[in-house]
Amino acid sequence: MPTKYSLKINGQSFSVGADPETRLLWVLREQLDLTGTKYGCGEGQCGACTVLIDGRAQRSCMTPVSAVFSKSITTIEGLAKGDQLHPVQQAFLDEGAMQCAYCTSGMIMSAVSLLNNREKPSEAEILQFMQGNICRCGTYPRIVAAIRKASAAGRELVR
Amino acid sequence: MTRKAEFVVGLEPERYELHSPLSVIFESDRRDFFKFLGTGIFIACASSKTAAFQESGRRGGSEENLPREIDAWLHIGENGEITALTGKVEVGQNIRTSLSQAVAEELCVPIESVRLVMGDTQLVPFDMGTFGSRTTPVMNLQLRRVSAAARDELIGIAAKHWNADPGQLTATNGKIIDPKTNRSASYSELVRGKQMTQLLPAEDPLIPAAQWKIAGQAVSKVDGRDFVTGKHRYPSDCTLPNMLYGKVVRPISFGATLTSADTRAAEQMLGVTVVRDGDFLAVAAPTSALAEKAATAIKAEWKSQPQISNKELFEFLKKNPTPDEERNSGHETGNIEKAFTESAERLNSTFNIAYIAHAPLEPRAALAQWNDGQLTVWTGTQRPFGVRSELATAFHLPEEKVRVLMPDMGSGYGGKHTAETALEAARLARAAKRPVKVVWTREEEFTWAYFRPAGVIDVTSSVSPDGKINAWEFHNYNSGGAGIRTYYDIPNQRIQFHPVNSPLRQGSYRALAATANHFAREVHMDEIAASLKMDPLEFRLKNLKEERLRAVFEQGGKQFGWDKPRPANRGFGVGGGYEKLGYMATFAEVTLKPETRELRIERVLTAFDCGAIVNPDGLRNQLIGANVMGLGGAIFEAIEFENGRIVNNVFSKYRVPRFRDVPAGMDVLLIDRKDQPSVGAGEAPILGIAPAIANAIFALTQIPLHSLPMGPTLASRGYKLV
Repeated sequence: MPTKYSLKINGQSFSVGADPETRLLWVLREQLDLTGTKYGCGEGQCGACTVLIDGRAQRSCMTPVSAVFSKSITTIEGLAKGDQLHPVQQAFLDEGAMQCAYCTSGMIMSAVSLLNNREKPSEAEILQFMQGNICRCGTYPRIVAAIRKASAAGRELVR
Repeated sequence: MTRKAEFVVGLEPERYELHSPLSVIFESDRRDFFKFLGTGIFIACASSKTAAFQESGRRGGSEENLPREIDAWLHIGENGEITALTGKVEVGQNIRTSLSQAVAEELCVPIESVRLVMGDTQLVPFDMGTFGSRTTPVMNLQLRRVSAAARDELIGIAAKHWNADPGQLTATNGKIIDPKTNRSASYSELVRGKQMTQLLPAEDPLIPAAQWKIAGQAVSKVDGRDFVTGKHRYPSDCTLPNMLYGKVVRPISFGATLTSADTRAAEQMLGVTVVRDGDFLAVAAPTSALAEKAATAIKAEWKSQPQISNKELFEFLKKNPTPDEERNSGHETGNIEKAFTESAERLNSTFNIAYIAHAPLEPRAALAQWNDGQLTVWTGTQRPFGVRSELATAFHLPEEKVRVLMPDMGSGYGGKHTAETALEAARLARAAKRPVKVVWTREEEFTWAYFRPAGVIDVTSSVSPDGKINAWEFHNYNSGGAGIRTYYDIPNQRIQFHPVNSPLRQGSYRALAATANHFAREVHMDEIAASLKMDPLEFRLKNLKEERLRAVFEQGGKQFGWDKPRPANRGFGVGGGYEKLGYMATFAEVTLKPETRELRIERVLTAFDCGAIVNPDGLRNQLIGANVMGLGGAIFEAIEFENGRIVNNVFSKYRVPRFRDVPAGMDVLLIDRKDQPSVGAGEAPILGIAPAIANAIFALTQIPLHSLPMGPTLASRGYKLV
């Protein structure tokens, strides 16, 4: 029998039923229709499934739902405030930091997490932090430019 | 024959996957456009005589059913919305934007008022598929012609209405204006209440590139906001009410056949459907977790055959060419035997090219639904009409009963030409009598897709002491014929492609075999130059007449600083060529730390000429992206396999380029030829990075790099590329 969990996602409460080991990614995508969070590898190697757990980037494909029910979960759908994009989203748009954009949700969530902890990360810190996210189209230089731009534009913390 | 004509080599057929038989074979009507888009004007085509129509537009077939099969390309609605319809699909190459620019330009409307319907087989004109860098030279031109015709039609309507001379009227910003009287009417007013279809005239005057206002500009992704907010639905994100999740039970190795399957445990699980049809064994369940559980509960026995491993691969390819006249056409000029006999020395190099995986970040995915014998499939593919055809064959249906839709997907790079998940989802949906979605896991994508062909390439040449190449013999085993011809001016040539029955399933990959052929050719060029102690760029130019190719080498070299003094332990390399109608030269600078034998790629520059540039921002993005992707195949990507299994079938074992692999300096030089037709840029730019790096390292270390990837060779010589 699945266990009932109450999840706090993007500021709202959701009640879901799932086995404790079920990964958060599949709860988001299949039960809550939050499909902005992507599957890419299932082994925490590509970053496409990145969400924020209490403001920190975490791979939802590796995260059991039982580990996060008491925490604050933010997905790509919860980043903008109404029509107002988060500065990182805006910077990705301004820099054209995408091609197929399948990695974009995960890239943005990782970048928000980085800027949550470091207001002005150095180039080396950006590369180090983002190393776990794959963009197969190869838009890395633009993503770095977008993160620098967002960092310069001013902080908007997400917890 | 002019040099130009010789240079234009036709589109290489995407041979492999199109020739391969269907993986499984299991036991509409007139398009009502007005119903779909409402009243207004359609611009349509009923001619199949242009080149565009052979790959886009109406397929062969008899002329008599023309009126019924008119293809509509553009609709102007009475709400002012402009809809263009195309069979090309968006896979990240940004054509939704560049094609919108083409329509907006010729129709003189803001780009925001243009909407593109792409890759929906029920609505759009037939199209072979999105490959071969054909969208810009063919579809962009087609939509420009259609839009120009629409503009003329609107002018005609206004002229009639005002009793004015059409030659005096102009189109601006979604309005037809009579400058004499200052009268104006918006497009939506002009088409109000109309339900008419206007056939495209044979030729329409197009706006010359030099006068472009919307095309030619850096326009950002038209629907970019949907991607940064997670709103866009990729094929793997599609859902339907009551949908089930499908999971296929895979054979233990390639070519294995199913001998027995105990499916009882799976069948007893609530809501689970099990399908066994020949060697196809799969389940569908209300959640992906349950589908996984049910698939694991099936006890299947497979019969498999011993197969070769990557360790024996190159020997196998060289020894097993298949005689195949049709696919084996070679090229011969002059007298190669005589030239070799008369030359003092000849130079020979053999190159090995590994299989690599496309590894698109979104794996293959499909959602299938049956409704009264009608099959609808949403899937990620570069060939919606090809998938429709595969589905029709597999399910013994007429094509009109199958509709394929292709939401903008998580890329393909030539790797999503086939219908695997569409077939799997449709078969399960038929059995379950409910919609079924199948999304491959990363392991499945690495194993059951197809690979870029591996290959062996032999090059032999001779050169006169003054630096003119006089003989060139080039044999490619298995990787393919794309880009196999040399563009250097050589009097005696023999060039031959030798197909092989590949041990692994192989198919198209961005730029096809042109990557392997350019690598071998351009690395060998540096070896000849070294034997003459000549500068590699000077040596190329000495053997090259084609003006546009010379331009990318010369202008690229100038911007790169090729002629500037190079400090110690700093090597320059170049690799260039002509492919898919684009001219390209890539330059690389590599440094060496002698004490640690660490090599570092410091900067890369690609000079590119693809005619009149449609979107410089999109083009830059493609050039840098191609170089980054190309780094993987150049340095570390290689598929390892053994006995019909892929050994490195996950990202933790198959390394792809990441943030820290990107050289600090990534630059491009765009050569905008407004006097030349616009051509594609998704493929050719990937060709130069591997030879440029290999040649820079050769200049530094004198180590010939004859393998893709080149990392293992460097490691065996004690060097590390960081």
